[in-house]
Amino acid sequence: MKKYIAKRLLTSVFILILVAFLIYVLMRCLPTSYLEQVARQKSMQPGSKSFEEWMAQLSATYGMDKGIIPGFIAWCGKAIRGDFGDSWKWTVPVIEKFNDSVWISFVMGGIAFILELLIAIPLGIIAATKQYTKVDYTITVVALACFSLPTFFFASLLKLVFSVKLGWFDLGGLVGRNYEQLSSAAQLADKAHHLVLPIVTLVVINIGYLMRYTRTNMLEVLNADYIRTARAKGLSEKKVIYHHAFRNTLIPLVTMLGSSLPGLFSGALITETLYSIPGIGYVSYQSMISGDIPFSMFYLVFLAILTLLGNLIADILYAVVDPRVRIA
Amino acid sequence: MNNDEKLNNENKAGAEEYSLNDDRRVKTLSPGALVVRRFLRNRVAVTGLVILIAMALFSFVGGLITPYKEDQLFYRYDHQNKQYAAVKENTELRYVTASKDSFPSVAQAKFVLARKTGKESFDAKGKTFTYKEEAEEFYVIYSEESEEPVGFATYDIVSSSVSDAEVPFLLQYEILKALLNGQDEFEYEGETYSVSEDGGVTKGEEEVAYASSYIVQAIMSDVFLTRSFKEELVSSIKDGKTDFAFTDEDGTEAEYTVSFDAATNSYSVLQTVETKVFDKYHTPTREHWLGTDRNGMDMLTRLMYGGRVSLYIGFIVVIIETVLGVIMGGISGYFGGWVDNLIMRLVDIFYCIPSMPIIIILGAAMDALRVDPQIRMLYLMLILGFLGWPSIARLVRGQILSLREQEFMTATESSGIRVSRRIFRHLIPNVIPQLIVTMTMSLGSTILTEATLSFLGLGVKFPFASWGNIINDVNDTYVLTNFWFIWIPAGVCLLATVLAFNLVGDGLRDAFDPKMKR
Repeated sequence: MKKYIAKRLLTSVFILILVAFLIYVLMRCLPTSYLEQVARQKSMQPGSKSFEEWMAQLSATYGMDKGIIPGFIAWCGKAIRGDFGDSWKWTVPVIEKFNDSVWISFVMGGIAFILELLIAIPLGIIAATKQYTKVDYTITVVALACFSLPTFFFASLLKLVFSVKLGWFDLGGLVGRNYEQLSSAAQLADKAHHLVLPIVTLVVINIGYLMRYTRTNMLEVLNADYIRTARAKGLSEKKVIYHHAFRNTLIPLVTMLGSSLPGLFSGALITETLYSIPGIGYVSYQSMISGDIPFSMFYLVFLAILTLLGNLIADILYAVVDPRVRIA
Repeated sequence: MNNDEKLNNENKAGAEEYSLNDDRRVKTLSPGALVVRRFLRNRVAVTGLVILIAMALFSFVGGLITPYKEDQLFYRYDHQNKQYAAVKENTELRYVTASKDSFPSVAQAKFVLARKTGKESFDAKGKTFTYKEEAEEFYVIYSEESEEPVGFATYDIVSSSVSDAEVPFLLQYEILKALLNGQDEFEYEGETYSVSEDGGVTKGEEEVAYASSYIVQAIMSDVFLTRSFKEELVSSIKDGKTDFAFTDEDGTEAEYTVSFDAATNSYSVLQTVETKVFDKYHTPTREHWLGTDRNGMDMLTRLMYGGRVSLYIGFIVVIIETVLGVIMGGISGYFGGWVDNLIMRLVDIFYCIPSMPIIIILGAAMDALRVDPQIRMLYLMLILGFLGWPSIARLVRGQILSLREQEFMTATESSGIRVSRRIFRHLIPNVIPQLIVTMTMSLGSTILTEATLSFLGLGVKFPFASWGNIINDVNDTYVLTNFWFIWIPAGVCLLATVLAFNLVGDGLRDAFDPKMKR
């Protein structure tokens, strides 16, 4: 097991370095960046240096004057020590901005994740146990509909109904207008109030996949021979489903959920942008469209790490949860 | 045996039941036909198929039927208020001078002083002036040099009724003198003029000038304000009305709004003019079933063309990723060994690349480079296709790994068929069922990705329509609140299409799966 994990870790690191290199090359090859904007602005000022001179100076300041490979090695060297440079757009160290924004995303994602579990897994099981009934068809179609909903359309609908027509929530933002005057408990409540619509959006968008995944796996288990045996023994249907079937369905389920845990830190780019929640998704979207290389570079590599971590967790959990899987 | 008997026998045979082990009792269906039957039995999937056909008809045939073009602009006439005239009631003495320098402004100031102190004469610029109040609030100024007045000061203003030209100074003088003294007639240059109480001056039958304490000036220099206009305007202002309609001699009617500006103590008159503007955000009508969008284009037509773009992009992207995925997965699964290892690591790397952020960054870069919208659409398809192949490669490889151990593959090997033919002729067809399911599903998700990008303004760009960039308008809260017809139909189309692809994909999966029990 240890050997296996070590091997997987090594491959992951190798892949990560390659991915980081690809991303670095892409970022360096981008025709425009924030630096050029700044250089252009500065060169517009009266009595200033020319655009090329500013560009050269800024490039040297930010380490962009090196070739791609030396530049990448320098970037890696700093990144290992946790130094990802200063964000150009936010004018603070990348890590600081990341720390500011990631927790709100995590809270939002975490609450949404728990709600998803609570809603999707029971519904998936019901659909599977009542296969080919009206209940099953309804759940399947609803799950597919959630799965097919364009985030931005659904969010706009929610805004129209709950913010504009009913006036229950603000259109966007994390805090209300009079946030500063509130007591700390009321401040927390204000934030929670602003997070309701984003969380609803996240839950509805993600619920479909989980529901279908539960149903498919449950069906597979229900068709297995040991379920027939259990029924033949004369066990009650309740016992068959919740004791024999569900516990076996948990194997793929736990694996899948475990692998999606790191994703809670990645932020919801579209949802956060739509509701102007200053989480990591929103912040990185702003950075990416304004050509902030250090922040984008960090965020992309961070996402890659999360994906690799997810895969690793999935593999390990699979072996841990299912005793039949033995890794040589 | 005669014919009748023969016929009878045949009838008998037809009516006879086949024996139980007779092959003719068994209706045989090809595997394909079985799949079709199973698919058609699935009502949900058939609904999806119907939606898809409807959407395809809507986008491709609808675009042909609609009377409008994708980027045809519509206009409407809008009432816009333009500054037309300014009205000021004269509350200060105004000076009219005979010639340019006859009564300079220094003298005017001296006159005010003299009037206040009650002196009858005053000096200015080395000249001595005298003044006389010839009627109430009508001061006429004389210079020591001539008999004729050099200027006068009063509240009323004389303007010509015929043109913009100024009324001669002496005529003005005579008119005001007559008017303010309550005379009916006066003589000027040998002709008789008559003055009415409201300030109108006529020579014979013809009106030549009028006097009023209101100054009405046109804002634009090429506009001449007739007297009747001015009088009606002034009387409506006196009545305290804010709306005013006037029909001129040619019979053209125009409406005006009057507003009072306290700061300058004047009224400004706005003329309501019809202007041609883009017919934007027009609510649904018989001509435009779904109204018009922000550029004044027909929404329904945009929706049809948007559907085309979305479907085109979906299909092309899926074709690109399938071709790449099948080739890579086929090679990897068939050869195994280091080739497999290499390709699978490549797949791992691609899996790891966060595709949405990458596409956003590339989209922003293309924005900065001002890439032509058409070329941009092509790039978008290539990028999406190139980022999407690994999952298909993985699927194909997995299938091939299990298939290549089977007997029919040994048979192809022993009969000496070329490798490429073995992969693409004997292995790939066996992967097709799963491939079709995956392709259908990923059509839906590709359309969704494209729509999201276009919604963010980084995908398909104007002038091309796409369902995503139609909904983009919703970023404007005013549109979100007031113009449902702009974004809800596009969202519904998008949802219906993606859902239909997923339903069909789901139905196909069930139909292909021979283990399925009913």
